[in-house]
Amino acid sequence: MRYEAIVIGVSSGGLNAMKVMFTLLPKDFSIPIVIVQHIGPRSDNQWIKLVNDKNKFDIKEADEKEKIENGRIYVAPPNYHLLIERSKTFSLTIDERVNFARPSIDVLFESAAEVYRDKLIGVVLTGSNADGTNGMKRIKKYGGLTIVQDPATAESSYMPASVMATMPVDHISPLDGIVNLLIGVTGPKR
Amino acid sequence: MQTHVRDIMDAIYKKYGYDFRQYSEAHITRRIMNRVRLSGLEDISYVRSEVMNNETFASQLLQDLSITVTEMFRDPGFYKSLRENVIPLLKTYPFIKIWHAGCSTGEEVYSVAILMQEEGLYGRTTIYATDFNQQALNKAKGGIFSNGLMKEYTTNYQLSGGKESFLNYYTSDYDHVIMNQSLKRNIVWANHNLVTDSVFAEAHLILCRNVLIYFETELQNKVQKIFFDSLINGGILCLGAKEGLRFSDLRDEYTELDKQHRIFKKKY
Ligand SMILES: C[S@@+](CC[C@H](N)C(=O)[O-])C[C@H]1O[C@@H](n2cnc3c(N)ncnc32)[C@H](O)[C@@H]1O
Repeated sequence: MRYEAIVIGVSSGGLNAMKVMFTLLPKDFSIPIVIVQHIGPRSDNQWIKLVNDKNKFDIKEADEKEKIENGRIYVAPPNYHLLIERSKTFSLTIDERVNFARPSIDVLFESAAEVYRDKLIGVVLTGSNADGTNGMKRIKKYGGLTIVQDPATAESSYMPASVMATMPVDHISPLDGIVNLLIGVTGPKR
Repeated sequence: MQTHVRDIMDAIYKKYGYDFRQYSEAHITRRIMNRVRLSGLEDISYVRSEVMNNETFASQLLQDLSITVTEMFRDPGFYKSLRENVIPLLKTYPFIKIWHAGCSTGEEVYSVAILMQEEGLYGRTTIYATDFNQQALNKAKGGIFSNGLMKEYTTNYQLSGGKESFLNYYTSDYDHVIMNQSLKRNIVWANHNLVTDSVFAEAHLILCRNVLIYFETELQNKVQKIFFDSLINGGILCLGAKEGLRFSDLRDEYTELDKQHRIFKKKY
């Protein structure tokens, strides 16, 4: 199997978008998914429960030094940046906000690209901020796969449109199309 | 660490004595790449010789590697728990020594001083506030902060169970606030490097929040040993919201006072 990890960045409108994606995604999805959703510093990430219908997935907040495992879904904790180490474990930092955000999508995507190189899939969904654009550039530079939500179908079109304005994106698609793409390129769990 | 990064860390250590060789690589790499961009260097391969030959560059990079982002009453729930679960224990001592390690620009230290004052304990408390970043310590000592942040801090303070009006603790002009002298009186600021310096004091309470996240496991363990040796029996250790003793050799030497807010008590 070619790809080893998926990173997803999502901002305003994210709750609905994640809900749709998690409903469509099969339960036995094979590779790890790491998500940055822009959230307030005092949030408690309760949105995870809201989008994880009937606890279908094993979704958790990423812990520092935690080993990234296949088939699991990780979410950046509020008020921390999430980075990936070469040992395929997580690091957390409280550096300055990037694009007004902490966690920032760029910070995750750029560090993930350094580790997974061409075996990474980057996905940018709805949002009203340019976070994620630099990260997608980095993923592209190393030969990873880049996917954005079709801005016409996004609650907030700015974030995916910002990526499209700066680089050629591999796939532009509505949410159901993105899920099919992900299933297609990663295949079911062996 | 990758060779370039490793070489840069070796150079910093040899020339300036700061040891970042066991800091998290993704973090270090990100900070170096930031500095490469800001200084207009072509790529990371030039950084080592800049570190060796250009002191301005080196001191900028050192500032980059010490992340001083902090807040007053960051994680209000933590301070609330401190009030409810730790203050009653501290009340039993005739004097109280607090070691605040990695205190950055002091926002957390003033938060703790305020809390101790409101609990009627500040008179018999000494706070040893340490960091290895002298620039940050100087700012902390001055106690002058941006007025623009006070709204957020006031919210944090109120959520943390604050008992007064937050305005009572500082004087402000348009841009800045200065913390009250009465809060500063029992704080001792000192330069201390957790990697290269040793045990600090017979502390009743140690706070070290959001510093260990930057360290690799082995270094975390080394620093945890320093904290353990610095605490009295029954002393309290407070870590950051995402830090714990899970990977520590010493985890069995503590009981959890508050699991969610990462407050631990050294066993007798
Ligand atoms: C992100 S700040 C945390 C500030 C504060 N404790 C908080 O949680 O808001 C990290 C601090 O750790 C300090 N630090 C990093 N490495 C250190 C070391 N080896 N010795 C002492 N302080 C260190 C940095 O200078 C910085 O001020």
